[in-house]
Amino acid sequence: MLLAAVEPTATWYLVLAALVFAIGSVGLMVRRNPLVMFMCIELMLNAVNLTFVALATRFGNIDGQTAVFFVMVVAAAEVVVGLGIIISVLRRRPGATADDLAELKG
Amino acid sequence: MLAQDTFFTAPDIEWWHLSPILALVGGALFLLLVGALTPRWPRGLYGIVTIVTAATAGVFAVLQWSDIDDNGPATIVDGALAFDHLTLFLTITICVAVALVALLTIDELAIAGKDAPEMYAMFLVAATGGVVMSSANDMIVLFLGLETLSLALYVLAASYRTPESQEAGIKYFVLGGFASAVFLYGIALVYGGTQSTNISEIAASFTTTVSLDGDSPLVLAGLALLLVGLAFKVAAVPFHVWSPDVYQGAPNQVTAFMASVGKAAAFAAMLRVLLVALPFQRDDWRPVIWVLAVLSLVIGSLLAAVQSDVKRMLAYSSVSHAGFILVGVEAAGHAGPNDGTASVVAYLLFYSVLTIGSFAVVAVVAHSNGGDTSLTAFNGLARRRPAITLALTVFLLAQAGVPFTTGFVAKFGVIQAAVDVNSYAIGIIAMLSAVIAAFMYLRIMVSAWLTVEETEVAKEQAPISTVLAIGIAAIFTVVVGIYPEWVLDTAESVAVFAR
Repeated sequence: MLLAAVEPTATWYLVLAALVFAIGSVGLMVRRNPLVMFMCIELMLNAVNLTFVALATRFGNIDGQTAVFFVMVVAAAEVVVGLGIIISVLRRRPGATADDLAELKG
Repeated sequence: MLAQDTFFTAPDIEWWHLSPILALVGGALFLLLVGALTPRWPRGLYGIVTIVTAATAGVFAVLQWSDIDDNGPATIVDGALAFDHLTLFLTITICVAVALVALLTIDELAIAGKDAPEMYAMFLVAATGGVVMSSANDMIVLFLGLETLSLALYVLAASYRTPESQEAGIKYFVLGGFASAVFLYGIALVYGGTQSTNISEIAASFTTTVSLDGDSPLVLAGLALLLVGLAFKVAAVPFHVWSPDVYQGAPNQVTAFMASVGKAAAFAAMLRVLLVALPFQRDDWRPVIWVLAVLSLVIGSLLAAVQSDVKRMLAYSSVSHAGFILVGVEAAGHAGPNDGTASVVAYLLFYSVLTIGSFAVVAVVAHSNGGDTSLTAFNGLARRRPAITLALTVFLLAQAGVPFTTGFVAKFGVIQAAVDVNSYAIGIIAMLSAVIAAFMYLRIMVSAWLTVEETEVAKEQAPISTVLAIGIAAIFTVVVGIYPEWVLDTAESVAVFAR
């Protein structure tokens, strides 16, 4: 009964977004599959989108909401470029992980 | 009531002030569209169109210089972009760099048998992103410029079908995407602390409210994330790990482009964020810049000295140059008028020309060795190509900071700016690390001048437009190194930002 009375506030969404962002950045560091690493970057971008929307709702101004649209466009462009690069690498070396890409070092 | 709420006034668009950006975008679209619809153009024509486009954009920027002298800096397009001398100076720097890189690219693509408009179009798109970054007056516009530049650079780094180029592309993409996301989260948190993404409004929000219990934690956390993102883009230690791999793996002309345009645009964004948006937090960010500068200077020069590949050496040397430029940013972060900003933009112009010249020489050597850029490939270069070796020597001496070159003027400028604001420690560290870095430049020179190959090595080809790029860069380095006053006087006025 008590739980039903609790209204989620903007803070809840900010904390959720921070958690999602952290999951994305940790995932990028521990995973080795280029595609999964790329998904983690998308997760981070969308966590920021959630932050923008939550803050815009709290402030009642539109800056944060418009920002989300631009970020979505950027994320889409990043998908195009990123998948292109990842596929061209995987086509040459099927099943390559981030550890296999180690010709350049020193 | 509803009708009033939805009433929308379109902002005035200052088309003339946008002309450099429009010229670059127009050139890129022209190359892609007309290049795709027509049969292959004569050799070099794609590159010449690129050079003409960059020159047009640069001339537009030069013509507007006096507008600001007369009317003062202003924000345009409803506060989305800033129109001031910083914008114009960096626009000119970027256009010069694009033209020089295009000269180099003409031969690179012809020798690789890949003459096509795409790479030139990507250069122009990336340059557009760089100009937008240097003129942004809104964090979201800044982010869009950053992504325009970065996405084009990811494609350029991966543009050759060699394993090295592909590896460079994917490494740059994953790490760059990570840095962009961190940077964006920083923008969101600063928005949370100031209720605006507009740079003028962010700065104004600190002048109207005086916070007695210190700065908002959201703004400070956002500032930290913004610094991580920017430090990644300028390749400052400890966020430099991508740069040696990407510089080495990317095609030579792309490496030259990243080291010049990429660095100039990233530092422009750093100046906008730190000095225009968050000047009231300068006591919070200045120590961070100090640490980044010292780490970049020392670690960049030390690691450069132990490399065996010249492209990798130049990559670490660009890390140490980033350290020098950060010394100027640190100086600009002190209260009161000082030469920090002017020294940073002058350094960016000089360094851009220098680094393109250096990578052009590397490209000449790489051609005759099947792409080998190791130090041994430079052995005995002076016997085969004395003029090009002389130019290489000029670039290396300038990067080491020898007097009568632009490199000396640049280094002297940032260290003097630091000393003027009593940052003696960082000035001394910068000079000491210049000595360490000089060892690495001397290694390349010794290899080219003094080492003799036992076996006969074929003479390097010296294609005409690459030689032209090397020549222009070398003459600029020496002539402006001897008469630097006009550049320095021009750079003086960039510290007056549009707010």
